[in-house]
Amino acid sequence: MPEIKVTPLGAGQDVGRSCILVSIGGKNIMLDCGMHMGYNDDRRFPDFSYITQNGRLTEFLDCVIISHFHLDHCGALPYMSEMVGYDGPIYMTHPTKAICPILLEDFRKITVDKKGETNFFTSQMIKDCMKKVIPLNLHQTVQVDDELEIKAYYAGHVLGAAMVHIKVGSESVVYTGDYNMTPDRHLGAAWIDKCRPDILISESTYATTIRDSKRCRERDFLKKVHETIERGGKVLIPVFALGRAQELCILLETFWERMNLKAPIYFSTGLTEKANHYYKLFITWTNQKIRKTFVQRNMFEFKHIKAFDRSYADNPGPMVVFATPGMLHAGQSLQIFKKWAGNEKNMVIMPGYCVQGTIGHKILNGQRKLEMEGRATLDVKLQVEYMSFSAHADAKGIMQLIRMAEPRNMLLVHGEAAKMEFLKGKIEQEFNINCYMPANGETETVTTNPSVPVDISLNLLKREMALGGPLPDTKKPRTMHGTLIMKENSLRLVSPEQALKELGLNEHQLRFTCRVQLQDPHSDSDTLHRIYTHLKSVLKGYTIQHLPDSTVMVESIVIKLSSSAEDPNTKVLLLSWSYQVIDLSYSQLLLNIRKKLTCSR
Amino acid sequence: MKLYCLSGHPTLPCNVLKFKSTTIMLDCGLDTTSVLNFLPLPLVHSPRLSKLPGWVSKDGTVNLEKELKECAGRVFVDSQPEFCLPEKELLDLSTIDVILISNYHCMMALPYITEHTGFTGTVYATEPTLQIGRLLMEELVNFMERVPKAQSATCWKNKEIQRMLPGPLKDAVEVWTWKRCYSMQEVNSALSKVQLVGYSQKVELFGAVQVSPLSSGYSLGSSNWIIQSHHEKVAYVSGSSLLTTHPQPMDQSSLKNSDVLILTGLTQMPTANPDGMLGDFCSNLAMTIRAGGNVLVPCYSSGVIYDLLECLYQFIESASLGTTPFYFISPVANSSLEFSQIFAEWLCHNKQSKVYLPEPPFPHAELIQTNKLKHYPSIHGDFSSEFRQPCVVFTGHPSLRFGDVVHFMELWGKSSLNTIIFTEPDFSYLDALAPYQPLAMKCVYCPIDTRLNFHQVSKLLKEVQPLHVVCPEQYTQPPPSQSHRSDLMLELQPPPMPYRRCSVLSLPFRRRYERIHLLPELANSLVPSEIKPGISVATVSAVLHSKDNKHTLQSVPKPPPVPPTKKRKRVIEEPPEVLAPKPLLSGAVPLEAFLATLHKHGITEVKVEETADGHILHLQAEDTLIQLEEDGTHIVCDNNEPLRTTLRDLVLRFLQKL
Repeated sequence: MPEIKVTPLGAGQDVGRSCILVSIGGKNIMLDCGMHMGYNDDRRFPDFSYITQNGRLTEFLDCVIISHFHLDHCGALPYMSEMVGYDGPIYMTHPTKAICPILLEDFRKITVDKKGETNFFTSQMIKDCMKKVIPLNLHQTVQVDDELEIKAYYAGHVLGAAMVHIKVGSESVVYTGDYNMTPDRHLGAAWIDKCRPDILISESTYATTIRDSKRCRERDFLKKVHETIERGGKVLIPVFALGRAQELCILLETFWERMNLKAPIYFSTGLTEKANHYYKLFITWTNQKIRKTFVQRNMFEFKHIKAFDRSYADNPGPMVVFATPGMLHAGQSLQIFKKWAGNEKNMVIMPGYCVQGTIGHKILNGQRKLEMEGRATLDVKLQVEYMSFSAHADAKGIMQLIRMAEPRNMLLVHGEAAKMEFLKGKIEQEFNINCYMPANGETETVTTNPSVPVDISLNLLKREMALGGPLPDTKKPRTMHGTLIMKENSLRLVSPEQALKELGLNEHQLRFTCRVQLQDPHSDSDTLHRIYTHLKSVLKGYTIQHLPDSTVMVESIVIKLSSSAEDPNTKVLLLSWSYQVIDLSYSQLLLNIRKKLTCSR
Repeated sequence: MKLYCLSGHPTLPCNVLKFKSTTIMLDCGLDTTSVLNFLPLPLVHSPRLSKLPGWVSKDGTVNLEKELKECAGRVFVDSQPEFCLPEKELLDLSTIDVILISNYHCMMALPYITEHTGFTGTVYATEPTLQIGRLLMEELVNFMERVPKAQSATCWKNKEIQRMLPGPLKDAVEVWTWKRCYSMQEVNSALSKVQLVGYSQKVELFGAVQVSPLSSGYSLGSSNWIIQSHHEKVAYVSGSSLLTTHPQPMDQSSLKNSDVLILTGLTQMPTANPDGMLGDFCSNLAMTIRAGGNVLVPCYSSGVIYDLLECLYQFIESASLGTTPFYFISPVANSSLEFSQIFAEWLCHNKQSKVYLPEPPFPHAELIQTNKLKHYPSIHGDFSSEFRQPCVVFTGHPSLRFGDVVHFMELWGKSSLNTIIFTEPDFSYLDALAPYQPLAMKCVYCPIDTRLNFHQVSKLLKEVQPLHVVCPEQYTQPPPSQSHRSDLMLELQPPPMPYRRCSVLSLPFRRRYERIHLLPELANSLVPSEIKPGISVATVSAVLHSKDNKHTLQSVPKPPPVPPTKKRKRVIEEPPEVLAPKPLLSGAVPLEAFLATLHKHGITEVKVEETADGHILHLQAEDTLIQLEEDGTHIVCDNNEPLRTTLRDLVLRFLQKL
């Protein structure tokens, strides 16, 4: 039985360093190649030694697919391709290809230049890695090789995020990456067609949440920002440079405009303008409203939001600062946090998910004393707020996607084990399909049961369709008979006659003849005629012929009669038929003849 | 399989393919050359045009002075311009299932096809094709509607009268089917039927046919189409280009191995080299500006204009045109320039990599930013106050019959300092200029048509090797003006099948196979046996299911178990079990081995008699004869069913079953 194997190297019952290996139809595919924000040691990257102990990965992988530009999905890519070694194709969408090297470079700078780590990938490695990338367009069917094809679908989540359908022969897998089933202020909702994959591998970040309406959350967010500003406090919003940041900027920009607010809004790092430029050039990837109006008014040109300078953090008075990175684990957002943490008038709003081990995660869990590097502790007095703005599907959204794609099996990754367990139960109950949730390094094997595609000769098919009609009668099924010729890689179904002809074979006729003695006083021709008329009256619906050469044919069974030389009343009946006769059994026929002739005696 | 040809224009095709059970329209081009027969629509009142004399036949019997005006020896219809539509009578348009659009120039007749005809199908196009197509339609509607003309001339269309008119009106075809421009409402309704597709996306139609667009290299989002089932492949090649301009390069390899290739949209200027024309364009432009004149470039709002602007971007400084204003005037100028920048996926590699930086892919963004290029929706409004001369104006429509270009013709036509440079190949420039004669302004003809020329196409066909080629009849002979140029036609073996307007071609297809799926249970139950080295056969007995044009075979269902309570009663009445058809047999029964087998089964008394064709075995104890021959076995015995069954099975052991 063919089977599909799925092994998470990362994101198995966990969020972070997404990396999932799939073996399907003899092909090996790596889905995402991310880093873990919560670790600074070996655990930061997926354990590629699982694939091979020694050396390069090229010969073990047919392709690598990156779903979107977040570092927990692409952060280990240069390490994997340049330091472990992989020269095969890497697929990602155009926006991901454009933005991911910038985030990688950012990440590299923080790690190497600021923290002084060595043995890390270099700028050149990022460039070399990106040269191996082949861009994907939405809905385009890309033939990786003769057998393996992939197709990308819109996933929402961030600019350029894609779900990917992987198909070998008639087996298929869909990997969602991170996705969002409700459109937001700048992106549309994920969509997939009813592709009925053998396995749907879905993220499950919000496996147990059903989120209230977006509008409420937006109002809450604006209210909190507004209140803090009113009382003269400072608001820190840690974000990743691309994605949520643009959505929140659009939100604040329109609010400032409406309320005529004067407090400054800053956006850290030089990336802002560049980031907004990406959104302008890839406007076809945003939601319908933005796409429709972009010629008149480009939503990514902000009037109220200005570039941040490090010195502004000490300015008196209220302000709102968007700073990177989003989980307060390093960089500018962490620096500003340290400065503002001591003042209870200030506020930090965490607009997205924080992985374990990050400061973001700690303060969200209510920790008020933080151990910093060099044994210093930091007292957290400012208000900590969490607003779920990250664009992941919630439980309702995940169920909705299952309904769209109709998978035969479900596999959850990118979530916490306990929450997955809950969702797994719900899925199995509602859809009556198996749901798996392997941990990192664990392999889940799913047997598939693909149908076999065959080429049928049009003559045979048309003949059959003409005879049987398009839908078989369940009470009286019509059996079709054909010969399957297997030659090299082709499978062809033809009529047996055609098969004989094609293969240059002679037909071997197998015939049976049966002699039966009967008593009947009539002349030979009379007896035969009586047999004929009798059969004609008894066997309705059969073709019965009386041929001039004194034979009777019932369908293809031949009946001849002769009388014995000694006794003209003893007739010898010869019944002859070929092996293939099925309509009428010989014994049935004989029984009928016997009945007739015996009665007349 | 049939092809219905609804347009005779080789670059504005409209064909309908009946393929398997689907009806597919390939493009719906609108032949706009008909507008050349009409008077220009001026934006502001033109005393010259209004004073043109009306036409009266020489003998004075026909007076159409209200409808027809004479200018410089030619007669023009004074009415709202009308277009020549694709043929509507050849087949019922409401039966069309899908329309495949190859590029934005080939969809301009869409509202005529999808509206008011009962059409209920889907239109497939790429996103740039849809967006830019919408802009071009919007522009066309705008050009027509902002200068409404009350008069609708119809008398001249009367067959008797048309016969008496001077050429080219006399020779205009199907004038009674010519139609006025559609409305914006019809455009919106037509375009709401478009479903977007990406290159190499496989779209299933009713389970029977798969269609897929391929990059054709001609314009943003332009595509050729593959229409195929598992065993038949039709390639539809429309406007395609192998030159390196802004669009993604042409996908040639996917066209390979097609049974039929429908070839349309070759270059209309087979003897003009686009690069050379671009050079001429720049030098003429610079010369005129230096001499203090203005340059008028009648053009479409999308397409070659992007390349012209890019060329000028590089040329401006070296030709010291840095201070010359460039104007682009069209109701959709801004949209066209903006849209061009957001289709990175559809651009050539060079432009794509700019987006990664991130920089706009086209340099006209910089021309706009530095105020060298300015765009306006029309000559009214801001333009009239900011307009400086000498300048360069890009504006439509290239037919010179409507749009802002009409105004500039009236404004600049009288001065020999000014130059009009024709770059679009769709209209004869002499015909375009006819209603403006006499003219003093210089005319330069630099038609830039990047579509395939005959040399390129014959090379392409050699590579992709279609079994048959179908093309407009114009491609099967040299152009009438250059009848000696046998290199300006298609010469193929077998010769291409030509079509003209209203042709119905039967495409040479021999369908022999269809795809069917064996369900796993059935597939697992098959027992293959090797007949020859590398060739195995298995007999298949199964039940056929056909649904949505998909066929599957499943195992013969076992008869449902009889409920136990009624069993006794039913045993007798139960009809004989449905018998599986028996396979054909092949091979021969070897005598010695067969005898040995008989022996093993207790049949020992066998008398063998040799005959001309084989042997007769006489089983003496059983009084049974078996006739063994090369291609047949005949078992003759009395009414002894068990024996016959045994013998049958023994014979079958030696034979292959098919």
